[in-house]
Order: sequence, then structure tokens, then C-alpha cells
Amino acid sequence: MIEEVGTTAEGDLVINVGPQHPSTHGVLHLVITLNGETIKKVEPHLGYIHRSIEKMCESLSYRQFIYVTSRMDYLSSHINNHGCALCVEKGMQIEVPARAKVIRVLMDELTRLASHQLWWGAMAMDVGALTPFFHAFRERESINDIMEETCGARLTMNYMVPGGVMVDIHPNFQKRVKEFIQFFRGKIDEYDELVTGNVIFKSRMKGVGYLSPESAVSYGCTGPTARGSGVSCDVRKLYPYEVYGQLQFEEVTASGGDCFARYMVRMREMRQSLSIIEQLIDIIPEGEFQAKTKAVLKLPKGEFYSRVETARGEFGVYIISEGATTPYRIKFRSPGFSNLSALDHMARGHKIGDLVAIMGTLDLVIPDIDR
Amino acid sequence: MSKEELKIRLAELFPAAVFEEGAEWTTVAIDAAGWEGFAREVRRAEGLEFDYLFCVTAVDWKTHFTMVYHLTSTLYRHVLVVKAKLDHEQPVIRTVSDIWRTAEFHEREAYDLMGVVFTGHPDLRRLFMTDEWKGWPLRKDYEDPVNMIKL
Amino acid sequence: MDVSPQHTDNKPFPGEVHPTAGGGILVTKLDEVINWARSNSLWPLVFGTSCCAIEMMSTAAPKYDWSRFGFEVARATPRQADVIIIAGTIVNKMAPVLKRLYDQMADPKYVIAMGACATSGGPFFYNTYSVVKGADHVIPVDVYVAGCPPRPEALLHALITLQEKIKRGAS
Repeated sequence: MIEEVGTTAEGDLVINVGPQHPSTHGVLHLVITLNGETIKKVEPHLGYIHRSIEKMCESLSYRQFIYVTSRMDYLSSHINNHGCALCVEKGMQIEVPARAKVIRVLMDELTRLASHQLWWGAMAMDVGALTPFFHAFRERESINDIMEETCGARLTMNYMVPGGVMVDIHPNFQKRVKEFIQFFRGKIDEYDELVTGNVIFKSRMKGVGYLSPESAVSYGCTGPTARGSGVSCDVRKLYPYEVYGQLQFEEVTASGGDCFARYMVRMREMRQSLSIIEQLIDIIPEGEFQAKTKAVLKLPKGEFYSRVETARGEFGVYIISEGATTPYRIKFRSPGFSNLSALDHMARGHKIGDLVAIMGTLDLVIPDIDR
Repeated sequence: MSKEELKIRLAELFPAAVFEEGAEWTTVAIDAAGWEGFAREVRRAEGLEFDYLFCVTAVDWKTHFTMVYHLTSTLYRHVLVVKAKLDHEQPVIRTVSDIWRTAEFHEREAYDLMGVVFTGHPDLRRLFMTDEWKGWPLRKDYEDPVNMIKL
Repeated sequence: MDVSPQHTDNKPFPGEVHPTAGGGILVTKLDEVINWARSNSLWPLVFGTSCCAIEMMSTAAPKYDWSRFGFEVARATPRQADVIIIAGTIVNKMAPVLKRLYDQMADPKYVIAMGACATSGGPFFYNTYSVVKGADHVIPVDVYVAGCPPRPEALLHALITLQEKIKRGAS
């Protein structure tokens, strides 16, 4: 039930973590019931960044509402925009040219890399290693520079539009991405050397925060959180969109179910993303980068659902349209919302330091949860 | 199972269900009172086993509410969309948080933003708004002259 | 040349005369030294709500390093911090928390509103029921930074502007 901060009748301590706290990755307020230092219950309080996005989208047109999703899960901003564009294209039956599809997948995978880099740096910082933070951000700047040249922005780029992409890629794009692939391949090995093999890191991660496959499915977890428990749920493999059906890459799963398994899933996903980029960077087809669409888009009456795989899991866009220029109801199915509901289940019986490690491997971005 | 086979199987299990045509996935509209029985059946039934609830939406149609549940199965990979119509004055439906644990948070969100009451929910209170907030923000007739600046 | 009569009459001085605080050259020089010291070692509070927090972390990262300007240590507790950089949107539920953090900071304290959301509500200005349209509805702000999110160079410019404001003694 609702616990007030203080001491309960049984002598348990109820304390606050957040909303302003370095390890909550945003504004997450947790009310923890402790017995000594062992956690008995974790209760997340949300809403500290609830910006009423779904209500706002009901008054924005179908071209306008895409910018808002950039700001929801800002580390996978391209992928969120991609999901919205796919939904609108599904409704209007727009055919996207081949060049735009390949550019979109390239941008998605670069974003996934950038998001995992930041996750790695922030998570290592949470468990106490401060150096990886600086390494991760230094490499992230290379991706930001590539994005900035083409899209014009570093973090929230509004690049995907219904019909394709907004502008064509910069002439330097292919050269810079190839240089980046060479550069980063060596860096992932460095990351493994620095953190993965570390004895202290392993003992903090192994055996902590176990999530069984049945619980993962019941709690609705997706993405690396569920794949770390062995549940196969990669949207790119199960419901392929754009050119993912023709690419050679593996869906990375691990069977441990604990923090270390989730960590290894993400590290291996970084390598898979690199290999996808390598497969595509030389064969970008010529052609249009944007299909011709009407200036004002009106989706026909009906419901449309599209799903994409962000760095955190499955992101779904559900549009209910009544034939007007603005949607009647939009629902964003965010991956973090369901992943967070498993936190209580995973953290019981552990210590507070383990809670920080578990939150790090869940990779929560709170504006994604609160919308 | 394909869309057609799923429709036939569901029609023989639930004769009272109404199927919608022309949607991407099998869409079925059921009576809100029979939601619990329907949910337990599709969760357990041989060949159906919808163990993954991935989207819970509440829609305000001004004359009534609709709860939309998107379900899929990790074993068979088929998708089912269930709709239940609720009364506008008193939107009440049974919770499914004991069948799919993810529904706990989703139903709290639907309660907070739309005012739909879920009977049997272990902890139904506001999720995003402050506890003292009056009104259901996502409803179509929500007026808030203090906070909302209309374009 | 004769001075005209209107200049030789002793009329009262127009306007008002305020005695200025300070005790002459010694104290003003000391003030300058203190302001210089304060401005060059401002410690920011770790406070980021949404996307601008990532650009703030990038400013702390090696490429746009802010510790060259003295913002070396980012403290997690408001008791030891000098400047709060409001990076992100403030919503109704978060506003009392922000006010409490500001009250807990010790004087002299400064506030930078980073990004469009903290300045005025930003992209969430119209048709939202839960966003506070600008952090200055909650606490007094010294420097506003535009951008969504502002580039790290823009944030560095804001920090330097704050430093100059402090050196001028205007805070």
C-alpha cells in the first residue's frame, strides 16, 4: 500500500530515493521499505516529468506530432520518429523509396549505438567506475558530429517524415561513417577490457536482480531487459520493417536473467549494430529520399499500430483517427513503462547498492515512462 | 495461427463476441461484463496462449468509453485486439492485473488520465498527476483554464 | 565674460543623492577579489529532468569540458552546490521539489534556466495541463539559455555570462 516516509509499525524504515538523485537517471522517485539495509519493497512514484504529450498530440497535425516523440525517449530519438512515420505511412498507404529506407535504418543503428554508449558510461558511473563515463561520451561525440552534419541537430533531430527523410544525406556521410566503424570496433574491445572483465564489476552484477522468463513476459518487458532472461522479442526479427528482413544479424539473447546477462546483451548488441551499418553503408541505393505526399495529411478513419525496436525495447504508436487532420487519440506504448514495473520484483531481498545496479541495467529514461 | 484461423477458434469459444472487419489484426469486441472470463480463457487455452499484453488504451468517444487491449503470444506470435465498451457516466471494468502483471501500471494510468475504474485492482490510485488533482485530464470534455493555454 | 544669473543662484540639486555602500577603495577591491573567486569556482547541482540533461552531461564530458571554467565538481546535494542548472521541463508535480532544493542551497546561489522548456515551457507551451510555463514561475533565474536542446557551446556561453555577472557584482 502507500507508505509514508518514516518508520513502519514493524520497525522497517521507509525512505525516499529521488526525485533528485544522481542515480535515478532522470526524475524517478522511489519509496523504499527497508529492513536494515535489505530492501523489502520498492514503489516507484511517477509523474515528475509528465508533460501531457498524448493530449497535446490531439491538437497537432500528422506532420507536427513527430517532433514530440523525439523528446520522449531522447536517446533513441531517430527510432521514435521512425515509429511515428511508419504509422502515418501505414494509414495513408505511402510507399517509401528504397534510398530512404536504407538511410532510415542506418540512422536507427547509429542512434542505437549512441544510446548504448551512453548507457554503458552512465551505468559504470552508477556502480562506481567514473572513467568509462568520459570514454563513452568521447565516442558518442563522433556519432553526434555525423548526425549534426546531416540532420542539423545533435540530440533531438526531426529527421524522419512520413514518406522518407527530410533532406538527403551529406556527401561526407559515407566516408565519416566508415571511419567511425574502424575507430569504434577497437573501442568496444577496450570497453570489454576496462569494465567487463573487472572482478569487482562482475561480483556486483552476477546474481543480482534475477528476472525469470515467465515474469519478464508477464510484466511486459521488452528489449535487452527481456532478452537478458532468454525471451526472444526483437521487433526487427519478429516483425521486420524497412530493410531489416534482408540483413544478416543475430538477435542477441542471454539466459542468465541477472544484471550481468543484461549487460552482456547490450554489449553484444553494439557489435551487431556495427555489423548492420557495415552491411548497408556501401549499398545505399540511388533515388528519391522522400516520397511525394500531399501537404496536409489526413489519415482515413480507422486505427493503426506500428512498432519499432528502440534501444530500450518495443516502442508502439497507436493512432485512432476520425478522418480529420489531427488524430483523435494517440497512445504511445513506451518500453520503459513496462520495464519499470518489474523493478519491484527484481529488487526484493537485495541491498540498496544492488538496486542501483539493477536500475542501471534496466536502462530507464524517465520521460519515456511518463510521456 | 493466421488471422482467419484465430477468428474461427475464438468464434467457437465465445459465440457472443463480435468481430471487426478490415483491421490489420484479429479484432474482437466483447461485453465488459464478460472480460474476466474471456481474458482467463485466452491466456490458458491450448493453441491460443496469449501471455503478453503489450498495450492498454482507454478511448473517450464522448458517448461511451472503449478499453482496447493488444495481446500477443510469445509461442505462436499471433496478435489479438480486444475492445470492451464502457458506460460514459460510470466506466467500470474488471482488472486483469492478476492475469498479466503488466496491467497494474497500465490500468493505473487509465484510471489517472481517463477515470476508468478497475474493480479488484490491488492499488488503484493516481499515477502521473498529484494525488489531489481534480478531473480526468485526457477526457474530451476536460476544461482547465488555469493550466491549459489553447492555441 | 559674465556668468549668467541662472548659473550663480544656489538652487537645490535636481534629483536625489543616495549615499553608496562601501567604505572606499579597500573594500571595493576586496569585493572584486571575492567576486572573482566566487565566479571561478561555482559548483553545479546535479539536476536534470529531461533531454537537456544529456547536453549538460556532454558539457561535462571531455570534448566541451566545463571544468576548465571552474565547474569541476558536480555535487549531488544542494547544501554544497552554488549554481543550479535547470535542465529540462518543470511540471506541476516537480515544482515544489525544485523550490525545496533552491531553498536548501546556501547563499550566494545562482540559477541558470537551460533550454526552451525551463525558459518558457518550450515546445510544451500550448494545450498541456501539467507543464509550468517557465522555471521563473518557481524560482528567480539569473541566466536563460535558448535552444532545444542548447548546444554545449551555448551552455558554456551561459556559464561564462554568469561568471561575468558575478564579477560585476550584479547578483
